[in-house]
Amino acid sequence: MDDLYRDYILEHYKRPRNFGELAPHDLEALEHNPLCGDELGVHIRVKDGRIEDLRFHGHGCAISQASASIASEELKGMDLERAGELDADWMIELLGIPVSATRRKCALLNLKAVRGAVTGDNAWPS
Amino acid sequence: MPQVVEGSLAVKADFPIFARQIGGRRLVYLDSGATSQKPQSVIDAQAEHLRSHNANVHRGVYALAQEADAAYDQARRKVASFVGGQPQTTIFTKNVTEAINLVAYSWGRANVGAGDAVLITQMEHHANLVPWQMLCRERSAELRYLEVDERGELSLEALDRELARGDVKLVAFAHVSNVLGTINPVAEMTARIRAAGALSLVDGAQAVPQMSVDLQALGADFYGWTGHKALGPTGVGVLHGREELLEQMEPFLTGGDMIASVDFQSVSWNELPYKFEAGTPPIAEAVGLGAAVDYLTALGMERVRAHERSLTTYMLARLAEVPGLRVVGPPEPDRRGGLASFTIEGIHPHDVAELADRGGVCIRAGHHCAQPLMRCLGVGATARASVGVYNDAADIDALVEALLAGREIFEL
Repeated sequence: MDDLYRDYILEHYKRPRNFGELAPHDLEALEHNPLCGDELGVHIRVKDGRIEDLRFHGHGCAISQASASIASEELKGMDLERAGELDADWMIELLGIPVSATRRKCALLNLKAVRGAVTGDNAWPS
Repeated sequence: MPQVVEGSLAVKADFPIFARQIGGRRLVYLDSGATSQKPQSVIDAQAEHLRSHNANVHRGVYALAQEADAAYDQARRKVASFVGGQPQTTIFTKNVTEAINLVAYSWGRANVGAGDAVLITQMEHHANLVPWQMLCRERSAELRYLEVDERGELSLEALDRELARGDVKLVAFAHVSNVLGTINPVAEMTARIRAAGALSLVDGAQAVPQMSVDLQALGADFYGWTGHKALGPTGVGVLHGREELLEQMEPFLTGGDMIASVDFQSVSWNELPYKFEAGTPPIAEAVGLGAAVDYLTALGMERVRAHERSLTTYMLARLAEVPGLRVVGPPEPDRRGGLASFTIEGIHPHDVAELADRGGVCIRAGHHCAQPLMRCLGVGATARASVGVYNDAADIDALVEALLAGREIFEL
């Protein structure tokens, strides 16, 4: 089996969860990966300080799409404050594959968007 | 027995990097559009210069400095003659990006103003786009684009229509597109541009490494290219300009070497080409580039072009065997340089490059510094395989095998 393109990564890539747009939504952000021109946006609906619902949209590689899909399942219902504090390690661990330096931004693009939407800080997650 | 493509060269052994393996596999390098590998003769020339002839150029009276001067001057003469240019109008820059910026600053800021237009094309690399965007923004001029048609080509009629508007001061375009591979009809275009009273700048970064370039026949006012894509070192590029234009232009970068004399409040410029070479130039790199053009000259640029054309023909035929693969750019190998940009349905280009790497094959994926073109093509990115003099049919076979294996991994 391939180290990077594991079954569940390809499964999330081909059938991403929580993809599309959310209307109405309370928070949003759109991020680009300057390396490859990929873009990923997020819409978030908030209720009682929690992420009630969210959707990702855009286009990207298997790593960035699977990463967004996998993260979306964890983010639903998460405390907004906690979501704003998520770091790169959280995402890489959740993804569960060895991510090389060049693919790191692919894996972190969705978290960059989520953090941007929640905190207004659109720096790359560290 | 690997297939041998008729008309192709067999010079891989001249390039020491191909002796190494990566991940236990032989190196299959199909990214020459990004940078070329270097023959032993270039590596040796640069090392020998540093080992035995290193001194700063200009004004040294000792024998070693004169050797360095002679080596640098000889490199310039070789590079100029390689493309049919003159040494005094052949300026060494850092790369083609600096060559284009030089013209945008020195010529552009003196000659482009409100109500004027700069015309470029939708297929330009960011290096031949952003400097013009900056110039037009600063001077309140208009930046217009020649469209790329569905075949990936420009239209001479559209060029005529743009020129007829009467406001175009300069037209900048690639000789060969780094994404589409399109070979633009440079001589036809520069003749029209000249007749309309505008200037032309041609980005030859992708052309010089793979075809015979004759500046006189092409007729461009400015022609830039870069050493590292033409088997030479990084850090050295070239700008050729028409002498009377270069004479009239103010310098781009200022400092040492480019002055005739400096007073506390005034300065007079050095003669061409030194006026445009401020500071210590890339001496060893220029010497390396001189060796690179020697190598290419010995191969013969007609043979190099025949090699690129036949390998590209083979590559296009083999890529067509991959289900879901779509190549962008002109379908005829005669009208394109040695590269193929493509997409594969169901696999993102980044993953295509990653999967190719599984087979030891180096290809590039992304927007290739041509984001506006990507939008025209309706894609976010493509994968690109580009060939050099050292590639052979077995390299193309390895690419196709890796792509087919990648489709298996993606269960397509």
